[in-house]
Formats: sequence, C-alpha cells, structure tokens
Amino acid sequence: MPVVWIPALLRPLTGGQARVQAAGATVQAVIVSLEAQYPGLQARLITDGQLRPELAVVVDGQTSPLKLRQPLTDASEVHFVIAMSGGAGP
Amino acid sequence: MTTADKPTEFKVLGSTPLRQDGVDKVTGRAQYGADIRLPGMLYGAVLRSPHAHARIKAIDTRAAEAYPGVRAVVTAQDLPELESKVADLGEGSMNLRYQSNNILARDKVLYFGHAVAAVAAVNAHAAEAAAALIQVEYEVLPPVLDVRQAMRPDAPILLAELRTDELGQKGEQPTNVAAHYLDEAGDLEQGFREADVVVEREFTTAMVHQGYIEPQNATALVTADGQVTIWCSTQGAFGVREQTAEILRLPVSKIRVIPMEIGGGFGGKIGVYLEPLAVLLSRKSGHRPVKLTMSRRDVLAATGPTSGSYIKVKMGANRAGQITAAQATLIYEAGAYPGSPVGSAMGVIFAPYRIPNARVEGYDVVVNKPRTAAYRAPGGTNAAFASETVVDELAEKLGLDPLAFRLQNGVQEGDRRVNGVAYKRIGLLEVLRAAQSSAHYQTPLAGPNRGRGVAAGYWGNYGGKSSASASVNADGTVSLQEGSVDIGGSRTALAMQLAETLGLPIEAVRAAVADTDAVGETEGTYGSRTTFATGWAVYEVGQQLKTQLCERAARLWNVAAEQVQYAAGVFTSGEQRLTFAELAAQLDRLGGPVVASAAVQPKTWGPGFAAHIVDVEVDPETGKVQVLRYTAVQDAGKAVYPNYVASQMQGGAAQGIGWALNEEYVYDAQGRLLNANWLDYRMLVTLDLPMLETVIVEVPNPGHPFGVRGVGEVPIVPPAAAVANALYRAVGVRMAELPMAPGRLVAALQARQG
Amino acid sequence: MSAMTHVQTTLNGEAVEFLCEPRQSLLEVLRETLGLTGAKEGCNNGNCGACNVLIDGALVNACLVLAVEVQGRTLTTIEGIAPPGGLHPLQRQFLEHAALQCGFCTPGFIVAAKALLDRTPRPSELEVRQWLAGNLCRCTGYDRIVRAVLAAAEEAQT
Repeated sequence: MPVVWIPALLRPLTGGQARVQAAGATVQAVIVSLEAQYPGLQARLITDGQLRPELAVVVDGQTSPLKLRQPLTDASEVHFVIAMSGGAGP
Repeated sequence: MTTADKPTEFKVLGSTPLRQDGVDKVTGRAQYGADIRLPGMLYGAVLRSPHAHARIKAIDTRAAEAYPGVRAVVTAQDLPELESKVADLGEGSMNLRYQSNNILARDKVLYFGHAVAAVAAVNAHAAEAAAALIQVEYEVLPPVLDVRQAMRPDAPILLAELRTDELGQKGEQPTNVAAHYLDEAGDLEQGFREADVVVEREFTTAMVHQGYIEPQNATALVTADGQVTIWCSTQGAFGVREQTAEILRLPVSKIRVIPMEIGGGFGGKIGVYLEPLAVLLSRKSGHRPVKLTMSRRDVLAATGPTSGSYIKVKMGANRAGQITAAQATLIYEAGAYPGSPVGSAMGVIFAPYRIPNARVEGYDVVVNKPRTAAYRAPGGTNAAFASETVVDELAEKLGLDPLAFRLQNGVQEGDRRVNGVAYKRIGLLEVLRAAQSSAHYQTPLAGPNRGRGVAAGYWGNYGGKSSASASVNADGTVSLQEGSVDIGGSRTALAMQLAETLGLPIEAVRAAVADTDAVGETEGTYGSRTTFATGWAVYEVGQQLKTQLCERAARLWNVAAEQVQYAAGVFTSGEQRLTFAELAAQLDRLGGPVVASAAVQPKTWGPGFAAHIVDVEVDPETGKVQVLRYTAVQDAGKAVYPNYVASQMQGGAAQGIGWALNEEYVYDAQGRLLNANWLDYRMLVTLDLPMLETVIVEVPNPGHPFGVRGVGEVPIVPPAAAVANALYRAVGVRMAELPMAPGRLVAALQARQG
Repeated sequence: MSAMTHVQTTLNGEAVEFLCEPRQSLLEVLRETLGLTGAKEGCNNGNCGACNVLIDGALVNACLVLAVEVQGRTLTTIEGIAPPGGLHPLQRQFLEHAALQCGFCTPGFIVAAKALLDRTPRPSELEVRQWLAGNLCRCTGYDRIVRAVLAAAEEAQT
C-alpha cells in the first residue's frame, strides 16, 4: 500500500501520525481512502475537485504535474508539500 | 570543471559558440519592448497613488479627458469585476481579484505607487500631463509597514475579507496573516537535548528589487474584430496571454503575445502590470496601438520587489559535529496582496543538511508595500542568510572548519528534507569538496580587518511545460522555433541541444523565440527551467527528425527504415552513405518537408547546490566593506553552455552581494518610498566588485537526457550569508540585518566596544 | 504644445536635421524621432548609462542632454560604432567573452568603453572599472565586461 506523509498541519486529523498507509492506484484514490480512515483530511487537500493550489504532490521524490491523477504503485511514497514560487520543489 | 559519476562524451554541449542573437545585441539592433513603434501609435501614462493605504472615494477623469491629444482614460471601472477565485495559472496560483486590483486599484490603494488610472494620448508628454489632472479623492488610512506590526491583533487591516489559511482551514478573525505553514520532522525537544552546542539568533532583512535595467513596457493593439496583439517585455509570453485573458475575461485565442527581447527579469517579469491596461486603452481609443512604459520610479515603487523578512533560527549540534536539531520561524512580507515566497524559503532554509529533528514554520503577511514578485530563488537569500550564519557559528563553537562541518552534515541521495521528501542524486558533497580544494580556499588570507566567509545554498529548480518545433532546410540546416524567452543565451543553449541530438555542428541549427500563435504552450523563463525543460522538448524534436529522416533515406535506398542508421551527421545502410545535408537537399523528391514538434512536462528536474567563498576587508571607521575575492562553486548537472552557466553564477553572486551590503527599500512612517531611483537604491557597480571566480561541478541529473540541472537561481542563495560570515571573521561582529550597510556595521562595531 | 526647434547635427557620420521641442531629451529624439533605438532608457536620470552616446567624442547620458544642445555637434551612437561590414573590437570581444546576458545595458557599455579606449588605449583593470562605474549591468556581475574591454584594448594594439 502507498505510504502517505501527512503534512504537519494536518497531523491532528491522524492522531499525530506523520506517516500512514492508504490504498489506492492514484493520488485521488489514496485521498479517498485517507478520508475513510481520517475524516476531514480530504477537504484539507482538495478544493473544487482539484488539489489545493498552495499544495504540490510529490510521489517518490518527484513533484507530479498530474497531481491527483498521478498513478501510484504499492511501494509509492506520497508527500503533500507547499508549492513553491518560481519553482523550488520538491 | 569537475565531473562526477560517469562522464558522457558530447560534441556540442560544453562548447562555447558565439550566441546567435549576439550581433544584434552588440550593435543596438535587437528590438526590446520599448523600441517598438507602430503606425498611429498612442502613448500611455499611469496615475499612481501617493498614499500607502487609502480608500478611494471618487475619481474624476473629466479634466484628463478634455486635455489636448488625449484619446482614452481608464480606471478600475473599465476592468471586469472578478470574483475572489484562486486560479492555477500555470505560473503558480493567484487570486484573480487581487491580480485585477493590482492592475488598477478598485476600492482601496494598498501601497505607494499603486496604479489608479491610465491615459492614452498622442505623445508621452500629453499623457503624463493629462494623468496629473485626474482628481482622486482619498480617505487616508494608517499604513502597516512591518510584518511583526502587521501580525498584531490591533493592526490596521489591509484586506477586509482576508482570513489566515492553514491548509484549507480558515481563521475566523480579519487579519493580515494570509497563510501559516508548518513542516515538522522527528522530535525537536529530544534533538535539542542531544545537542552540546545550541545557537539561536533573530534576523531581519529589507525589501529589495530585482533591478532589471529595462523597465516594464507593453504595447497592445485591439482590432475592430476584437483580436488582441501584445508586444511586451516578459519572461513568459504564454503567461501574459493567460493572465491578460483572465483579467479582461477574454478567451486566450483572442490574444496573441509577441515577446520582444527582454532586458532582464529575475522573476519580476512573470506577472503582468501594463499589458491589460494597454489593451483597455487600445480598445477605448478606437483601436489604435497604445504603448505603455514605466519610469524607473514606477518600476521600483510598483513592480517586483521581493520580501523583507523576519527570521528566527535555532540549531543544535553535538560534540561529534553532527547537527541534532533545527528550528526556524520565517515571517515574510507579501506586500499588498497574499503570496510571499515564504513557502520556498521554508524549503531552502535547512536544505543542505541532514537534520533528524526539525520544525520550520512560515507566515505570509500582507503589508502596505508593493505586491511582491518572484526574485531569483524567491525567498532563498533571506532564509540562507539566517541559517548559514547560524551554521557558521555552530562550526566556530565546535572548533570545526566551516566547509568540513557542512560536509559532515551535508545531504546526499536518500536523505530526507524537513518535509519528508527524499533527495534523488544531488551534488552538494561534490560542490563542498570542490570548494575546499579551490584555489581560493587553498590560499590563506592575511591582513587586518580581513576575513573569509563561506556559505552553502540550495534551490529546487523546476520543470514545467515546454514546446518546440523544427524544420529541416534544403541546405542541410535546421530552423528551431521554441517557446522560451531568451534572457541570457538560452536560444543558443537550446540550439546546442538540438545540434547535439542531431549530431550536427551548432552552426547548422538556428533558434528563434516564437510567439504564442507560433509554438506550443511553454512556461516562462523562470524556475531555472529553460535549458532543462525546453532543452528536453528540443531533444524530443531532434529524435523525431532523426526518425523521419531515416525513413526518407530508406525510401531513397529502397530499404526498410530500420535498416538505416544515423550517427554523427551521416545516414548509412550497408554500403550506402549520405550526409545530413545531402539528404536534406533531396527531401522534395522523397515526400516533402520534414518538420517535427514536441511538448514536454517533465517531473524529473534535479535540485542545484552551490557553495560560495568570499574574502572581505572592512574599514572599521566608515563601515565600508570591500570584496577582495569571490568564488562561486555550483553543480550544473551538465553545463550545456559553460560561459553562460558561469555568467549566471557570477550574476547571481553579484546580486546577492548587493543585497548583502547595499540594497534596501526605505519607507517613511507614512509608507512613502524614499529611494525610488538608482542613486538612492544603490546597486553594485564595476568598482564594487573584483573578478568573480567560478567552479562548475557536473553531477549529471539522471532525470534529463543530457543530465541538465537548472543553474540560474541557486547562485543568489549563499552570497549574503557568505559575506556576513566573512565580516565576522574580519571584525568579530555577527550581523543580523540585511543590508549590512556601512552605518549598521559601524553601529555594530561600536556596540561591541560598549 | 510648445513650438519646434530646428536642429542640424552630424550623426554617425551623416548630416541629420530634426525638429524637436525644447523640453525633449536627446534620448527621446534619438529613439522616437530618429528611430535609433540602440540607446536604451533604463532610468532617465543619468544613473544607469544605458543611453550612453558620444558628443564630439565625449561620453554623455543622452537622457540628461536636451536635443537642442546638439546643434552643430557630432554624435556617435551604438549604431555608428562598427566599421562598415564588420564589428568594432569591443563588439567582437563582448561576444567572445560572453559579456552580456540580456543585452539591454550592452550598447551603453560599448559606447562608454569606446570613449575610454579612445583616450586610454591600454587601460588597467582598475581604470576600466573606474570608467565604467557609471554603467549598471544587473546580469553579469561585470567580470566578463571588464575582461572584454581589456581584450578589446589588446586587440586594437595588435
């Protein structure tokens, strides 16, 4: 199952856990299963059906232009990080 | 040049051809935005706010409209009123309403120089005279000019609807704090308990400007059928198209943006200022072309700048020399509207080091100063000034050489950043070792009031969308059309990558920057992305051309395409042999023109690291600092066009030294900018600098066909810290404020003497 | 609008006449009236040198000179630096040394450097730095510019 690193500001929603496992073949699917485990997370990551504009999603060390549609493997590591101006990620 | 990993043999990459736009630029022929002159062209002027914070009660434009020669006057009433929607414009997100209000203030002016109205007239003098006749009734409000003051609960509020955002959770009270961010790793308290030495310092840095020599300019023509053409100075033509379309509620297909040559940008020419105004004025003046140019005063007062900041850093290390914990709070000025680079700054601040326990917190705070814009590694210089001086102090307290201490704690592949992301192959350790063995570091510095400082820096770089197309000419050359504006030799660096791909000499490829109707979408020249991402698009174009040309050769030889090989400019199949030029001459008889295009959106850009070394001499009586020697060391991945890579390193270093020693916005208590000219906003001149030595390290980026990493931004990250560390070694004071101007240095020396 | 003044001058070796308002700067007339856009406006108050031109061989900021002042004088702009069919050694060395990035300040630097080499054919590095201290470049850190001027001086000697 992909491992999701929870942004520090959202850790109150995961009982303080910084890393959790969540099933899903895409970032979107993983967020849906996160929501089932930790209600309220989805609304903090997604707005109007899109990843929040202030966030970038990093999968296996690389910022994904596909964002929510980025495919994942069982070994994937997913980070939601602050999107950086002028390009400074990940 | 130092090369790590497996070296690759290149023929064109790494060479130093003359740049293809060079002759035009040394003879004065190159056409920059303000050089354009169209039949029937009108000239514009913009009226700007004399107040830092005021409500607009009424605007009377009648006298301006009646002024001889005036053809149009516009105010915010001529702009569509946009909802407060955050749009992902590819160039980063921006709130459209704020963007529109920054073009022309609607209900409030939020900074000295905020645009209020614009005029088009038959010449610039008439436009300026008419603009001065516009009567604006203001209700002046108290300004907020300092981030910590702006965060107080009783501070005047700039934007009534603003609530602090914490990843989607909004605060309940009106505030000037637009956003609060947090990254955490490990157990901070435990980390500090493990430390034998702890250093905690506070820093402030002043707002500074990008300082491009060419002022903003835009010329627009709206024809009777509603088609819009814009000629302007921009880092990204597609970004201008997108922003103008959003602000004016036009379809992008109605707008063609022709990027003229650009006289510097450094991040300050990504967002639009004049383009929508020129369009409005052209439409309102009966479809005449309208040119708007900023004065230097306008440029300094109302464009750019980058954030001033307050930063607190605490770091601890054990006797073995390992960093055990690090903590930072970064408060950045956003200017009038949200959007400071504090997020990037958080990503920079401890990036070079393995830190098991860390906490980094950031605040984006609006103040009555111009809306900030990107400036080369946005937020990075402030952040590194703070963290790299603390790292220096830790090394000193542990009795360790500052480069050795950095090497001991330096990150490499697999190490995690504070936000948890693991690094891919990076070149920090190679850079630090190259700095250690540089001629500069190996040469002792002697003499009173002299000192040597070092600092490291990180920038993440960027990928983004890029497009290119190319056609094969009958004379055996290739014409390349690419979407990236050329600010510092990128046309040639891109032509070199196509030549390398095709096995041709650079002379056989000619590159041109295309407008928005002539090439696929391409993000701007920012994020150190052009040679990386547009270079990748160009590589893909080259691969396609090779495939198509092999098919043509196969047709000529009556063999299967797979039986044709191509290498070093020659097609072969068995005994058959044709050069690229010989085949190109026969294309008409083999199926017609050969053209290819490609678009990419890569995600495998690699971060760049730098280490800078500086020797300074201080005059303790006057506080003047002379830079005696400077060396910049940087990992370029693969240095495609080495002269221009080195020039980026030198230019970034020079900007950073200016930021360190001289540059700052000076406001009075009412928020009026007191130094909106280059006499009083003093940028470095020839006499302020020595030659700037460069050491290019090449640790290929595994995520690029040629191993390229971006190079443009990281060189501005270390200089301020390196200079501060050198000052300490020279005269024994740790400076905590930028700029470290003579007066401040003298005051610090006097304070130390008690 | 004020009345126009008739001005006769020698511009890049050719006799030129123009009409201008007394308030117009030489820079404005060069760019807007005469179509010579090689001199650039960076600041319009003499701080940046991007509009450097020569009047009777003397280096000036065209933004600080009124156009009416050039009556009867000899003007050289960046457009008049190169010999027919070629490049001036300074122009060639600026290219060879990659002494420009954006190129906007380049015409001013080349005109200024020409004025230096015309009076001091073999300047030291310090003399080059002193002479060019009135020209701002934000891209290069000046290293390559200074080297290009020194190389052009050497080239002119050989």
